[in-house]
Amino acid sequence: MNFDLTDDQRAIQRTARDFLAAGYKPEEIRRLAYETDRGFTDEGWQRICELGWPALLVDEEHGGLGLGVVELAVVQEELGAALAPSPFLSTIAAAALIADAGSDEQRARWLPGLAAGEARGTVATLRDGDGWSAVPDADGADVVVLRDGDGWAVADGTGVSAEPAQALDPTRRLWSIEVGGEREPLPGDGARAADVIAVALAAESVGVAQRTLDMAVAYAKEREQFGRPIGAYQAVSHACAQMLLEVEGARSTTLYAAWALDHEPESGPLAASMAKAYASDAGWRVPAAALQVHGGIGFTWEHDLHLWLKRGKANAYLWGDAGEHRARVAQLIGLE
Amino acid sequence: MDLTLSPSEESFRDELRAWLDANHPGREPEGDDAGFTFRRSWQRKLHDAGWAGVSWPTEYGGRGATLVEQAIYNEEFVRAQAPSAANVLGLAMGGPTVIAHGSDEQKRRYLEPILSAEEIWCQGFSEPGSGSDLASVKTRAVRDGDDWLVTGQKVWTTLAHHAKWCMLVARTDPDAPKHQGLSYFLMDMEQDAIQVRPLRQITGESEFNELFMEEARIPHENIIGGEGNGWAVAITTLMHERATLAFGLQVSVKLALRQLMEEAKASGAAADPQVRDRLAQLYIEAEVLRLNAYRGLTAIMRNGVPGPEGSLGKWQWAEVNQALTELAMDVRGPRAVLQDDTWTYRFLRARANSIEGGTTEILKNIVAERVLGLPRMR
Repeated sequence: MNFDLTDDQRAIQRTARDFLAAGYKPEEIRRLAYETDRGFTDEGWQRICELGWPALLVDEEHGGLGLGVVELAVVQEELGAALAPSPFLSTIAAAALIADAGSDEQRARWLPGLAAGEARGTVATLRDGDGWSAVPDADGADVVVLRDGDGWAVADGTGVSAEPAQALDPTRRLWSIEVGGEREPLPGDGARAADVIAVALAAESVGVAQRTLDMAVAYAKEREQFGRPIGAYQAVSHACAQMLLEVEGARSTTLYAAWALDHEPESGPLAASMAKAYASDAGWRVPAAALQVHGGIGFTWEHDLHLWLKRGKANAYLWGDAGEHRARVAQLIGLE
Repeated sequence: MDLTLSPSEESFRDELRAWLDANHPGREPEGDDAGFTFRRSWQRKLHDAGWAGVSWPTEYGGRGATLVEQAIYNEEFVRAQAPSAANVLGLAMGGPTVIAHGSDEQKRRYLEPILSAEEIWCQGFSEPGSGSDLASVKTRAVRDGDDWLVTGQKVWTTLAHHAKWCMLVARTDPDAPKHQGLSYFLMDMEQDAIQVRPLRQITGESEFNELFMEEARIPHENIIGGEGNGWAVAITTLMHERATLAFGLQVSVKLALRQLMEEAKASGAAADPQVRDRLAQLYIEAEVLRLNAYRGLTAIMRNGVPGPEGSLGKWQWAEVNQALTELAMDVRGPRAVLQDDTWTYRFLRARANSIEGGTTEILKNIVAERVLGLPRMR
């Protein structure tokens, strides 16, 4: 019984932390969010591909690294903490669904390119009229996995047209798409992939929450009112303690779910829904509490805090919100 | 990361589980004296089989269990719904304190009778004027030859009416700064200068006592850890209280939740989406308690000290257990105004969870100051 990351996992964590800290300062995040067409740049994405991250989950047969959900969660937590805008999660999600629900032929066709970073992918889950809306990173994607009735289909990106949508979270661009070309159904149900993606989002929200907790604690130590640091007042310090409680709980359930998906598949669905439910709540409540600790300055556009708040709040609704996942927990623990 | 039990941990669990299966003494009889006698003979049985003081080093009669094994022990006890040992405070707090701070002679004298339940221990820390601010205790000890004479009042002393020894924190130097003038005594309860009065609580029962001391006599050699070191020794006792309780607590929450789920299904309340949502949330939070507790163990094994998870556990347990009993009352609906044989009691008893063994406010202070490094209040 041991919760520690392995040496290899810690090495991945350190690499991610250093890489993201150097390349994604708040000014750069704002530039990508507000001044680029897609919310990221091809050069930035290329550098992420050089680290091998898109290959994390893909098996070695298809040119991937064949690593587990724990490794993915480690990277995702760092991406959330850094708030680095990139099409990484979209690409990983498309690959996970094709790997899980696709035929041998579909896997052979799409996975090597996605793993190598030569192709970008995304997943469209929200059907809207003739198309799909709120599709992340859709513009220029090479492969799009679509929610189609009760199943999944895959489409080549060349037949997809994308219109930009106004998103709550400016660091992950959303698009409305229409699919003109052929849609090829995936034979499997993709249930495990959906759990993997939910846990990846939970991990990202853990990073988001941790970062805003750190910001709140730093501010509470330095900001003085009535002649002393506001962190000396229990109304503030207890709010920070509450944030830590939620961050640690979200991290525990997320690590457990990632481990279960890798090593104890029968526990995977329940663990994944517990993690996504808990982290969906913590992922925006902690930034919201951090904003309160900051007072007026936290409400300004100029302060960076709102960027994390918006990511955390948006993550709460992607791949099932807290209420939906609690309903699934209720069902899985036998509350019929 | 490996969240499975190792083969040796599994065999520890299987051995204990089989033993509990074969030796479970059944339900505890009603009534304080009958219940106590029952738990005392249960502890003798545990001791004879080597299952008392599992965390204690083998040289002091314990089993030298690893942290994970101690966690398994607490989980299995609750899972089997086995009664607790009679001498809970001696086993969980007194013994470990003597082992950490006692002299060789004190270890020889006190440890074995704790394990065998021959001598029961109680704890004299809190006073009417000193709850969370433990270092402000007013009970005074005055030197009288080779002895000390103790005068004052203690409160919330569990088991005082059965106890032979009381872990007593008293002021031996009224002129020293408040944390430095304290000493940690082992006080013989069998003397006329001590009066024990049961303290009736909101549930109507009396789990606790008040203790009145009027020149109670304690030999100087009964100080643990040296005169004036009472604060450090008392902290050891409190750390043991918090560290060892977490695992049993999280399993008892799970058992109560299991019962509530069955009742909600039987009554049809589980069909209500709001009830389902709250039950699912409680299930998740109970799992968080378990996972945080194990992460805390990993941190202790790595760093030798509890990580942030350790400080959070008792606080979170109190919230979860209170929320659980509140939902149980809601599930009973208008019938909640009638006293039943489970939830009415549990709802009332749970109000103490966020006070006993460190109030939630104090635990938040600890987290804020020692984990997050925020400035000290005041």
